[in-house]
Parts: sequence; C-alpha cells; structure tokens
Amino acid sequence: MPGLEDLYREIILDHYRSPRNRGELPVPPAHRVDGYNPLCGDEVVVYIQLDGDTISDIRIGGQGCSISQSSASLMSQAVKGRSISEARGLVRTFRQMMSLHEARIADSGAPGGAGAGEPNGGGAGAGEPNGGGAGAGEPNGGGGSDDDQDYGGEVDLDALGELAALQGVVKFPVRIKCATLSWNALTQALDEMLSS
Amino acid sequence: MADLNPSGAAGEHRLDVAALRRDFPLLEREVHGRRIVYLDSAASSQRPRSVLAAMDAYYETTHANVHRGVYAIAEEADRLYEDARLTVGRFIGAPHPEREVIFTKNATEALNLVAYSWGRKNLAEGDAVVLTEMEHHANLVPWLMLAEERNLDLRYLRVDEDFRLDLADLDRLLDGARLVSCTVMSNVLGTIPPFADIASAAHAAGAIVVADAAQSVPHHAADVTALGCDFLAFSGHKMLGPTGIGVLWGHEELLDAMPPFLGGGGMIRDVRLDGFVPAELPAKFEAGTPPIAEAIGLGEAVRYIERLGVDAVERHQIHLTAFAQERLAEKLGDDLRILGPRGVEGRGGVLSIAYKDIHPHDLAQVLDQAGVCIRAGHHCAKPLMRRLGVTATARASLYLYNDEADIDALSAALADAGSLFG
Repeated sequence: MPGLEDLYREIILDHYRSPRNRGELPVPPAHRVDGYNPLCGDEVVVYIQLDGDTISDIRIGGQGCSISQSSASLMSQAVKGRSISEARGLVRTFRQMMSLHEARIADSGAPGGAGAGEPNGGGAGAGEPNGGGAGAGEPNGGGGSDDDQDYGGEVDLDALGELAALQGVVKFPVRIKCATLSWNALTQALDEMLSS
Repeated sequence: MADLNPSGAAGEHRLDVAALRRDFPLLEREVHGRRIVYLDSAASSQRPRSVLAAMDAYYETTHANVHRGVYAIAEEADRLYEDARLTVGRFIGAPHPEREVIFTKNATEALNLVAYSWGRKNLAEGDAVVLTEMEHHANLVPWLMLAEERNLDLRYLRVDEDFRLDLADLDRLLDGARLVSCTVMSNVLGTIPPFADIASAAHAAGAIVVADAAQSVPHHAADVTALGCDFLAFSGHKMLGPTGIGVLWGHEELLDAMPPFLGGGGMIRDVRLDGFVPAELPAKFEAGTPPIAEAIGLGEAVRYIERLGVDAVERHQIHLTAFAQERLAEKLGDDLRILGPRGVEGRGGVLSIAYKDIHPHDLAQVLDQAGVCIRAGHHCAKPLMRRLGVTATARASLYLYNDEADIDALSAALADAGSLFG
C-alpha cells in the first residue's frame, strides 16, 4: 500500500499477527498496570516481574490496533531480562524517537501530511541548541522521571534494534499515542514498584 | 448552481449527484493524490457554496447585532435571523415556528437545555427517565448528570440481536416514567426505531417525549407532529449547515412553563438589582448574541435540501444504503460484517463495519490513503460499544452527495486493508 509502508512495516505486522509475551503473570509477586487510550478505547495491560534489579518476566494483555499491540510486543521483547536502568534508558530513547525524530523525517521530504510544524515535535530548531548526544538533553540529570523531557540531539536507532521499525509512526501524528501506550504503562509500573 | 431538479418537480425524480457535487467545493479536492471520498457525514456533512455565500453576504452587507438596533442593517439582520427561524420551523413542521424554534449551539446544547430547564423543574428524587442503549453521549450524559443531582431512576430500552430496540419491555419501563428521550436514528447502527409508537406509548403513560434527531433531520422529512415528540433536537452542521448552530423545537406550552437555561442579555424583559423577568419565547432561551450568520447559513442549507426535494434526498439515501450493503457483501463476502439492521427497513445510511478483525483505526488509516474518509472509534456511544462487545467500529456514513463510485472506492480500499493485514 503506497504511502503506508513506513507505518506498517513487516516487523510491525509480524508482531501484530504473532504478539510475543502475550498473557498474564500472577499478581503479586508480579505488578500490573493498565494503560488506556480514551481516544480510541484501546487498552494494554502490562505485567512485570522483577528479580532484584532485573526484569525477569513481562506479559502483555489488552486489545488494540496494530500499532499499539505491536509496540507492546516489541517492547516486551526489548526489556525482558534487562536491568531497570537499561529499561528506563530504552524508554527514553524510544520516546525520543516518537518526538524529535519527526523533524528528521520531515527534512527528508517524506509526505506525512502534518509536516514539521507538529505540536509535540518542536521541530528541528528546538532540538539542536542542546547539541550533544541523547544524554545531554536531560536537564533533570538522570534518574527520576522520564516524562516529557525536552530531549536533544540524535536518536540512537541502533540501540533500539527492531523497535526502530516503529519510527515511521511519527509521520502519522494521531497514531503516536498508540505506539507510546504500552511504554507509558511500563514506566508507571517501574515507578510504582520502586516506590512501594 | 447545478440543475437540482432536472426531471421536474413532480414524480420520482432521482438526485443528479454528479451535478450537485459541483456545489460542494470541498469535494473537489484531493487527498494523497486521490479524489476525496467523503463518507463521514454522520459526524459532520460538507456544505454547498450557497450556504457559504449566504453567510458571506450577511457578513459583507448586513452584519449588525440582532434584536436591539433601529438602523437599517440591524433591522435587515433581524429579519434574516428570524427568516431562518421560520425556514427551519417549516422544515420540521413546527406549528408555531416563531415561538417554538430555539437556536442553540448544537444538538448537545439543545438536549442539555431540556435536561436543565424542564428536568430541573419537573424531576425529583426517584422519578423515572427512560432512555435507550443506543443513545449518543449527548442524550445520555445530561440525564446522567441530572440523575446524580436528583437521584433519578434511569431506565434503558435494550438493543436486540438485530440491532433494533427491544420494545418487549416498553410498557414495564414506561410505568411511572416522567420523560422518555430517544434517538430518531442511531449514529452507530443506522437503526431508525419506531419513534411514533414509542412516543404514543410514552404519552399514554404520562411521560413527555424528547427526540434526538441529529442523524435523522438531514435525511428524512421531519415532522414533529407525526413523530409525536414534545421536544426535538438537531444540529446544523450534519445537514449542510455551518458548525455552531443547533435547534431545539418544543411545544409552546412546555417551553412557556420552563425556567430559562442560560442567563444574560437578550433573554430578559426586565432586570432589577433584586431580580429579573424573562423575555417571551423564543428569546427566553437565547441568551447573549446568538450565532446569527450560522442561523442564516442553516436556513440556506434547509432551502438547498428543499430545492433538491426532501423525498428525493430520502430515496437517494435508501437506494445508496441498499447498494452499499449488496456491493460490500458481493466484493468482501463473509469477512465483512455490518453492525446494524440488514436491508433498508427501519435503518438509515450509517454503516458500522467490522472487517476481518482488522482494528477500526487500521482500517481508517488504510482507507485514508485511498482518499476514503471514514470514522473509527466509539462514536460517542460507549454504552452501545459495550453492548456490542467492541471498543470501536469503523463507520461509513452516506449523504446526498455520495454515489455508487464512492461505495466502490470504499469496497476497494477495504479489500486493500484486507490484503495488508490478512
């Protein structure tokens, strides 16, 4: 389907058709967070099992569109077996791709309708002055919350692996919330588990 | 201006869709390099040049506030505004349009007006209000809000397996009911309930009857007397008019006995520091400067529909709804399900589609690439979504400017989505 190949990449369709880590975990010892997109009614349920500092298991439930479901599936693969700080780093990089990255795509002349002036983008101009790599764009100085920071610099797509397949979503602004739904739930789960 | 009625006024003339489409500038544009196929009129219709021209002409030549000026253009503005009221009133068969037609912001505000004004005056703890499972949030939330405040007994007519209202419970639900508020046509299923029967049973039980006609007035000859309602609410922007204008029609005696809804300028006869006397109808319910240009635009929209012929518009809708059901079944087979009544009896041109388990947002995304505009989501009817066991549907809705080619484009784009996700 011309125009949609950036959105519906083969990896995404594969994870949508055959979602990984689908199911539930007993709560407790696992922790459960429900993510909900009131706009479309999509829901994602994230179950996390920690073993010390490591995410030893993760399961995904809920229902939704191909983007929300494949993003959750890809996320579950990416964070399983990782340390909490590695997972948080991944969350940061993923969110960065879902926001600033659209400026780069707009520059490359891809269609995408909304173009560079999208609200959550801030455009290239907003990102550049901070210079530096991903780390430099973190005014809060590490740790703490990952929410809505003004990330600077380039996105480390290599660090994202298969998740980079979701980068085309930023060309379809109304679908960004679909892609970030499970990641917000993951962040909330980690925050809740560490504060309890 | 297209020749709107090529075969003459009498007889079974069909709409000349190719000709009338030229009256709609938006339908000339392309999206993603494709001809736009607009199938979302149940959310909001497009508007013809004559509506835009009427509004422009008002702003360019006649703009002044209504009701207060003694100079020439103010009087002209007044006359245009009141003419629009009479035109709209005639369109819905209002017995006393000059007093009974209230301009609001939209159908939602019209329904809120009834809930706040009639409801607060007449409903007390334990009083029963009958609604249906297929209502739009606009005809649910105002009553839920009032129920919270007054501890009302809300009762619901159920939706049956054929996507119609189950009336078996009607008499039991009506027992002791003070008010019934029901859609004239579902914005999700297309279902047209037997409104007049429900209204007459409600009246026999002593209840007053509210009609949410937002989906029906654009397509069907509306007659408040034939429907048997006491209040009727609809929006301008779903019937070729502008946004920001809606209508509440109510029986004169009921409106007269109701307290004002919004307070402010224009709705009073006198104000002192210790009280006020409300104005006569309809000004009593039109506080502040009203949407004058929008009312004029709505009046022109009504005239446009009348020039086409209300019957011809309705026949076109029936023809196209039948064609769509047949063509989609023929091309897409059992993989396609329409969440709504089969056939054209008791249903209008709203088609909620489920196809191959593809999520409605994915369907809408693929269709958009083909220039086909449909709506995906809960359509402001979450209780109905729960009843249907879905979180969302993909909805194509038809109007007078749609034709067979639009249905073919829909069908082809659905097939594309099928091969992408299949």
